[in-house]
Amino acid sequence: MKYSIGTVISIKKIGEGIFDLRVAEPGIARDAEPGQFVCLYSDDGAHLLPRPISICERDEESVRLVFRIAGYGTKEFSEKKPGDTVRILGPIGNPYPAFTSNVIVVGGGIGIPPMLYLARKCKEAGLKVTTVLGYRDKNTFLDEEFKAYGDVIIATDNGDLGVHGTVVDAIREKDLDVSLVCACGPMPMLKGLSKYVLEKGGRCYVSLEERMACGVGACLGCITKTKQVDGHSHVKNQRICTEGPVFDASELDW
Amino acid sequence: MAIKTEVKLAGVSLKNPVLTASGTFGSGMEFSQFVDLSKLGGVVTKGVSVVPWEGNPTPRVMETASGMLNAIGLQNPGLDVFLKRDLPFLEQFNTRRIVNVCGHTTEEYVKAVEILSESSADILEINISCPNVKAGGITFGTVPKMAEEITKAVKAVAGKKPVFMKLSPNVTDITEIAKAVEAGGADGISLINTLLGMKIDIRRRAFALANKTGGLSGPAVKPVAVRMVYQVANSVKLPLIGMGGIACAEDAIEFLMAGATAVSVGTANFHNPKVTEEIVSGIEAFLTEQKIADINEIIGCVR
Repeated sequence: MKYSIGTVISIKKIGEGIFDLRVAEPGIARDAEPGQFVCLYSDDGAHLLPRPISICERDEESVRLVFRIAGYGTKEFSEKKPGDTVRILGPIGNPYPAFTSNVIVVGGGIGIPPMLYLARKCKEAGLKVTTVLGYRDKNTFLDEEFKAYGDVIIATDNGDLGVHGTVVDAIREKDLDVSLVCACGPMPMLKGLSKYVLEKGGRCYVSLEERMACGVGACLGCITKTKQVDGHSHVKNQRICTEGPVFDASELDW
Repeated sequence: MAIKTEVKLAGVSLKNPVLTASGTFGSGMEFSQFVDLSKLGGVVTKGVSVVPWEGNPTPRVMETASGMLNAIGLQNPGLDVFLKRDLPFLEQFNTRRIVNVCGHTTEEYVKAVEILSESSADILEINISCPNVKAGGITFGTVPKMAEEITKAVKAVAGKKPVFMKLSPNVTDITEIAKAVEAGGADGISLINTLLGMKIDIRRRAFALANKTGGLSGPAVKPVAVRMVYQVANSVKLPLIGMGGIACAEDAIEFLMAGATAVSVGTANFHNPKVTEEIVSGIEAFLTEQKIADINEIIGCVR
């Protein structure tokens, strides 16, 4: 993990309140694996806490971050211009394991971006990738890019596009083989999905998010309850920033 | 000009007055990838109890204007793991080990301090002021008689280890509590712990933190902390570790001038993981610029 000053290469709006930011920081970009995230820091000392943002893609020089404006920090990042600097910490957390069998990649809302890098990695490993993306309505983003890695199925809450309903509804409707599923999105989606996959006897990996303070595993702000005793505090709390954000869903105490 | 930055806390010399604030820095392991711990005066470890504590439900942290609320609830692995893993890790560095101790009852504090009296800790900091734990903790730090009693009880089993009592700002008159722990035999005082606060999520019509209330820290609390350090420095003879919103060398110097012998840096670690080292060098730069040969000249210099 590296703490550094990155330089903005490009920024564009790709949806309502959704921005696509590329930050040059080779030391972080080279090590970044699917499922990991970075923290960006506000330039304003009155906004203290780093903002965890998933890594959507990477190349040797830069990380690509797709985020939604959720408050002061993300608004500030959305107003960056090429050449501006931003303090950045990363890559953070445990990535998705390297898979050897075909995989379903699921993203819901602003949980979609980190799945793009995972889909590419799996495709490059010779695996068949099927992507299921959940949106509120027809205002989709990144879905075209997933098509480079395999079939893409879309579900929308209001029925605007694709399957009317949740990603689980879409998976059920298309009767997809759920032997191996990876997902990032809102908590209710992850809960519903992992219940479905585990009941079908599949393996399910999920990326969790939680309010964080330090981002390095020291403050114990971002824990999630697990079935097994954790290695840090010897209770049943794994740190999302350190042991996560990717967890085997069967190990979580939902 | 050689500048002297060494200070003494109850007979324990620190190479400089910069410490980490308990709970924000773990036992230094995670931050050691950003900071050379040997450059710090000492590491104050996260509160440790006799047995592991689970802490509170999430969300546990929330940003507020120039600060943050936390209600971690003192999650910690307990003394067995701490003594096997955390203290030996810190022993590799040339820095002081200040171990923060928490408990629910007098017996729990006494048991922990008894065990730690045989350890490699240089100083024990007794947390009688955590606002996020219902039983014990805060109640010991808000009633003068209880603060005196708990101090006496831990001093009786601390052996040669200096005991610093960590005080809560959530009281009407902090000097009353300071005098009480002095009467109880404390070797020093740490102040301030966090200020009790609350945030409401207006969209969800719910408390932002699962614990409802949390402890406020960060630059927002600094003026309160400086005032309390000054008041306590002028009401007891004990050395003080001052803390509360320190984010840069200038902030640290304010605390020294108010009467603290050392300072702890907490929430600022979250905004900049290298901040502790930067504060050490910033203090040296200030002393050089001001032609101050010995840092002790400025401790309590504002009366």
